[in-house]
Amino acid sequence: MESIETFGNKDTRSGFGEGLAELGARNENVVALCADLTGSLKMNAFQDAFPNRFFQVGIAEANMMSMAAGMTIGGKIPFTGTFANFSTGRVYDQIRQSIAYSQKNVKICASHAGLTLGEDGATHQILEDIGMMRMLPNMTVIVPADFNQTKQATIAIADHQGPVYLRFGRPVMPIFVKPDAVFQIGKADIIQKGTDVTIIACGHMVWKSIEAAQLLAAKGISVELINMHTIKPLDEAAILKSVAKTKCVVTAEEHMANGGLGEAVARVLASKTPAPQEFIAVNDSFGESGKPMDLMEKYGLGATHIEAAAQKAMQRKG
Amino acid sequence: MNKEELKSIASQVRRDIVRMVSAVKSGHPGGSLGCADFITYLYFESMKHDPDRFAMDAKDEDVFFLSNGHISPVWYSVLARKGYFPVSELATFRKISSRLQGHPSTDKKLPGIRMASGSLGQGLSVAIGTAVTKKLNNDSQIVYTLHGDGELQEGQIWEAAMYAAGNKVDNLIATIDYNGRQIDGDLEDVLPLGSLTEKWQAFGWDVLEMDGHNFESIHNTLTEAKGKMGQGKPVVIIMKTEMGMGVDFMMGTHKWHGVAPNEDQLKDALSQLKETLGDY
Repeated sequence: MESIETFGNKDTRSGFGEGLAELGARNENVVALCADLTGSLKMNAFQDAFPNRFFQVGIAEANMMSMAAGMTIGGKIPFTGTFANFSTGRVYDQIRQSIAYSQKNVKICASHAGLTLGEDGATHQILEDIGMMRMLPNMTVIVPADFNQTKQATIAIADHQGPVYLRFGRPVMPIFVKPDAVFQIGKADIIQKGTDVTIIACGHMVWKSIEAAQLLAAKGISVELINMHTIKPLDEAAILKSVAKTKCVVTAEEHMANGGLGEAVARVLASKTPAPQEFIAVNDSFGESGKPMDLMEKYGLGATHIEAAAQKAMQRKG
Repeated sequence: MNKEELKSIASQVRRDIVRMVSAVKSGHPGGSLGCADFITYLYFESMKHDPDRFAMDAKDEDVFFLSNGHISPVWYSVLARKGYFPVSELATFRKISSRLQGHPSTDKKLPGIRMASGSLGQGLSVAIGTAVTKKLNNDSQIVYTLHGDGELQEGQIWEAAMYAAGNKVDNLIATIDYNGRQIDGDLEDVLPLGSLTEKWQAFGWDVLEMDGHNFESIHNTLTEAKGKMGQGKPVVIIMKTEMGMGVDFMMGTHKWHGVAPNEDQLKDALSQLKETLGDY
């Protein structure tokens, strides 16, 4: 892979915080709710600028979700903020009945997703949230790749009518999406065109895949790299167009293999154009305490794991 | 509307309830019959609303949420009798492709319903959300909710109770259908609630008590509750009711919580309930 332009390093949650504050100034119907994690979610800027539109609900996530659903009646656009674990598993029934089934315009904004939450360990490292959310009818699921894209996605979802799950995280990572990029829900970003293998990634795994593509380029392998920031609705056209060229796929996600991006892609391939696929994901296991990047290596989510998977996928082309 | 007129509507609503659940041999008649007087009063006498121009955003209207969604028959009947949709549609209750789902839903666009309910404990939080939005919109109308007493066993109710009092959500009137029974038996046997009045008071709510089968008591209590709006506290009404009210063999037991009468039982029930507005 040719070298990619970067714009410094930041955490994706800060992209959410900046986007939310910008949105607050732009749209007076935007309101924000938080369950005692304002600092962690970087919602302070919104809270300070729009105190009347910020609702501290305390450690009561179920109440927060249903309340957000109720707030849409009368035209508000609620953004809820807490950790991904408490944004999904803890409140699945509230989201299912009052938000997804009732088709309410709530934006569920979830930080500290996946292994990169780090030292807090498995109780907080949710790896099932994408699966839970993409199973819900009416739900849009977005996993932006870096700080810029998280900010852009935060702003974009306010204009989308309907429930959205926006997943981001804690670690500081390189920024590579252009500051002036326009975020389009459901339209994959092609980061690099290639011919030998397609890598489809989301979230922090997009950067890991960029690193992997560089390792592969050194071996003369041409990678087509897709940032699949929207898991649902999935950009099937982008997948099919790419696989028509490369004939094999690697998917990469900081999530359980069960129910995640990889399975969503596999369904497209199986039903439209069968092709070898390798899955970079956590394999039916909880996480544990540790430094974020050490955990990524231990659980098989490093750049070298993606590199090896790409070579395996290519060998399976036959 | 005088007491006799309200009684007359409630009698027809009770007929609708037993006919609806009997027709599909499923549904929840007990709590529906018990809340018939209250819901009738709410829609025919108390709330500011416009059945002809139902809109999701409820601008400058009062809003009602049925948190204990399983008593949907009473709500559907009252909505139809008030003109939200044709009375004949009550015949589709719980049938395939009906807008009258087993539990209330919004996805089939039945006028009068703004939120799905059925999974218990969520409606108070929803109502708080709408009440807060009304405040942001400078809309001075009231948000009402109804809850089962058994529903108060759900922890989310108390999260919501804490929030509403702590944040002075004082455009909200919650009512508890206090019939003392739930599907597995008497509430005291399943999981006692202790002193409801003291619990709500301790959570910072204004607590009123009312006889849910006496229109004078309902009128006086709701008038008092409305008078308390805007004074810094949410209001909860502990409404004493009898599950199965109006049908003798359904009263005094929890057994008709979620069981439909058979044809003979339906005949018996209808003989006790005067047809006042014409059956659907």
